[in-house]
Amino acid sequence: MNSAWWLIGSRQGAWSWRVNRPTARLGLGLLLLCFALGIWSLYLGSLRLTPEVIWQTLTQPGHSMAHTVILQWRLPRIVMAWVAGMALAIAGGIFQSLLRNPMGSPDVIGFNTGAWSGVLLTVVLFKGSEFAMALGSLLGGCLTAGIIFLLAWQQGLARMRLIIIGIAISALLNAVNIWVMMSASQESALTAVLWSMGSLNGMTWRKCMPVLIGCIPLILLCLSANRPLRQLELGDDIAQATGVRIQSSRLLLLLSATAVAAIATTMTGPIPFIALAAPQIAARLCRDPSPSLLCTGLTGAALLLSADLLAQHALEGIQLPVGIVTISLGGLYLLILLLSEARRSSS
Amino acid sequence: MTTYAYHPADGAVLSGHQLTFGYRDHPVACNLDVQIPSGSFTAIIGPNGCGKSTLLRTLCRLLEPQHGEVQLQRHPLAHYSGRELAKQIGLLAQSASAPEGIRVLELVARGRYPHQSWLRQWHQDDEQAVTEALQMTDLTELAHCRVDTLSGGQRQRVWVAMVLAQQTPLILLDEPTTYLDISHQIELLELFHALNHQGGRTLVAVLHDINQACRYASHLIAMRAGCIVAEGSPNEIVTAELMQQVFGLSCSVIPDPVSQTPLIIPHRSPIWL
Amino acid sequence: MARQSAGRCGAIWVWAALALLAALVASLLLGARPIPISAIWQTLLGESNEYSPLILHGRLPRTLLALLAGLALGLSGILMQAITRNPLADPGILGINAGASFAVVASVGILGLSGQVAIITAALVGTFCAASLVFVLGNLRAVAAHPAHIVLAGVAINAVLTGLCSAITLLNPSAFDRLRFWNAGSVDIMTLTPVLYASPLLLTGVLLALVLASPLNAVVLGRHTAAALGVRHQHILLMALLAMTLLIGTSTALTGPIGFIGLMIPHLTRWLIGQDQRRMMFLACLLAPLLLLAADILGRFMLTNGIRVAVVTALIGAPVMIYLIRRPTSESS
Repeated sequence: MNSAWWLIGSRQGAWSWRVNRPTARLGLGLLLLCFALGIWSLYLGSLRLTPEVIWQTLTQPGHSMAHTVILQWRLPRIVMAWVAGMALAIAGGIFQSLLRNPMGSPDVIGFNTGAWSGVLLTVVLFKGSEFAMALGSLLGGCLTAGIIFLLAWQQGLARMRLIIIGIAISALLNAVNIWVMMSASQESALTAVLWSMGSLNGMTWRKCMPVLIGCIPLILLCLSANRPLRQLELGDDIAQATGVRIQSSRLLLLLSATAVAAIATTMTGPIPFIALAAPQIAARLCRDPSPSLLCTGLTGAALLLSADLLAQHALEGIQLPVGIVTISLGGLYLLILLLSEARRSSS
Repeated sequence: MTTYAYHPADGAVLSGHQLTFGYRDHPVACNLDVQIPSGSFTAIIGPNGCGKSTLLRTLCRLLEPQHGEVQLQRHPLAHYSGRELAKQIGLLAQSASAPEGIRVLELVARGRYPHQSWLRQWHQDDEQAVTEALQMTDLTELAHCRVDTLSGGQRQRVWVAMVLAQQTPLILLDEPTTYLDISHQIELLELFHALNHQGGRTLVAVLHDINQACRYASHLIAMRAGCIVAEGSPNEIVTAELMQQVFGLSCSVIPDPVSQTPLIIPHRSPIWL
Repeated sequence: MARQSAGRCGAIWVWAALALLAALVASLLLGARPIPISAIWQTLLGESNEYSPLILHGRLPRTLLALLAGLALGLSGILMQAITRNPLADPGILGINAGASFAVVASVGILGLSGQVAIITAALVGTFCAASLVFVLGNLRAVAAHPAHIVLAGVAINAVLTGLCSAITLLNPSAFDRLRFWNAGSVDIMTLTPVLYASPLLLTGVLLALVLASPLNAVVLGRHTAAALGVRHQHILLMALLAMTLLIGTSTALTGPIGFIGLMIPHLTRWLIGQDQRRMMFLACLLAPLLLLAADILGRFMLTNGIRVAVVTALIGAPVMIYLIRRPTSESS
């Protein structure tokens, strides 16, 4: 039994945590990767700073240009990418596990469309500022999720019902959104579409802090719910027979996942495909079809950090919204996933 | 909440009183009384759709009865928390699905869930229970194999091992042998028999094969259309009249030459063309 | 469903035809400026009066387009649901509309094309690719998978394509304005010229779909059963693919993406006339344009400036979809 997992703590004692070996190795690897990507992000840019300068800036206070660039511009962006990546990936992992479908991801099912409706209303009706847009996104997303859950609740949450109702509501909101876009002025429409792409441009600490305060406790909550999530995978009957409260666990998990994704995307816009792709990629890396949420989260963080690096530096002089990179890569990934599933079911 | 002045007969570890249960609008059974004797291997038999599996699910609280009450050790089931109940009753469900790629050891270890918590995720009790469960089901060599590479019979043994690792005094089995070939069926039934006789656990199983039920079970419950038609030891209740009543089957009953329990020999019925 | 008595069937056809006729007339009559029947009659006979411009450059093209587009959407919905054996299949949800949209957006935004021929061709190519993908996915499952699987795949494809559309429009702001109007599906057009370009293709698609109606009855039962009944599954699939491309490609090119008609029509026709795909298709020829016309007429009266038909179909269709999934028969987890 020792070869399968590592034990932190004592076998006889009051506390012990069990970690799968490959998962642990991958987790550490991903953590290092995230740090490396973060540091590389600090380094790249039009203002190239040497490692010594970066180290000095991080450790000693000061007011030089380097300080502004690193501490005020690049660092919040990196931290946000990390947290948003983790949040989205964890939300995706929870949804995909509960809905038993690799494509049952919150951005596919339509929780994002509600957020976009909220933003559109704020921009078109109230000519809102960035913070107003963030609030609109949060309210829109949560309200939509609430409506979807309510409509799907019929003595419990059935998987397919939740998926289909999500898709229906999303299609409905989409049609309304497109119509609002059409009726709005061109600048409002452009702002809304730009927001819908998802971007980390112009991230500051002022924008970042509320998201961190909201997301980090929720991420920790989700991570601690890993065990019931894995138990639910065995089927409702077995899960209930081993002591899991099915309906309340499922609801709590879905609500936390929705909340963490909604909060993470208030400032960045709905970054597509991290929630969809990160759990699957983590599963392939871990060689475990249900990887721990921590691994999934770290994979999402690494994905978003790399996507952001690409978005910033791929094209000379243009900072693409990170959503364009993720959607292109995501599209490619989706194609590969579908084709491999097709090959698997035809063999 | 209605209180029932109900005292289960002595020796009944799990009992149901005036149970009405079923799905949504169509109740499967009304005002059913059932007793599971402590330390017995009880088999529930009956035709398709008579409510056997539904009864089993109601007894372990997977289904809430519309009326009536189930009691475990003379306490209503409703008084137990999910975790406490899971430490008392184990279930081998028909609808179990193993996550893709999971290994035997990991799946068996999942049976320890009710004994673990977020803070205490692995204890030497868990290790001992899992090792014992693997030994009892003869899976120790296969512990590191992927479950989806195993044969049907081996896979069922993995699920049985998981329930055993749960270390419950009562085990409910929903059609445990239905999809297995004859040798695996007998293997599993012998294991259950040993668990009951030597391990002292109370077993309740829904079985389709009457002869197997007669041979291995110590207590039979025969159901038809949501009602219990007869209950008692196989020797007492299994007669040709009962088979006619429960299954509409015309048969003869003789003592099994190996185990001396009732053996059903169905009569041939002419087919009208 | 029990077989409908012949009398009842006959009644349904008559009522449907009458309702369609009424809708056509209503579409000419009703709107921001109601037009008297006499004026319509006069204009159709060739005389002109004060209402003629409105009729000839507004109501008439709009009505005809709704007729054709409704036909295309309804028939393709029946095709889709039969071939994917999925009661929730709809060209909008499964990303086929998105395929057409993306092709149009890409050709206008990136290649800078314009003109009806270019747009129609682009839409046809896009529809073909998207429909092929969906068909391939829908038929590779040997066991009929849960409807949610294929729908999710389609939705994911939809998400990618619409995202890429947004990205392209962002990079080309002049195209952005044009395209955001087109993207809200509508039958509001001024002249019949684009309709004339597209209608031969569209009507070919309609004919192809009707020809497929009979073999579709076998296809609905599954690949193996169909083969046992002597139906060449691959051939039918290819023809259906072609029919879908022509139908959705042309109608999307003309109107922009309109969804939910394809979802609702199969259920409506099945409810009225039973499981026979042939009857469903023929009834759809009457009911689908009726539904689209009704949605368009309704849209003219909502809010001050009217709402585009795609929004109305979504407002009707989404609750229908939710109702369909909440029914006890389709509930499963």
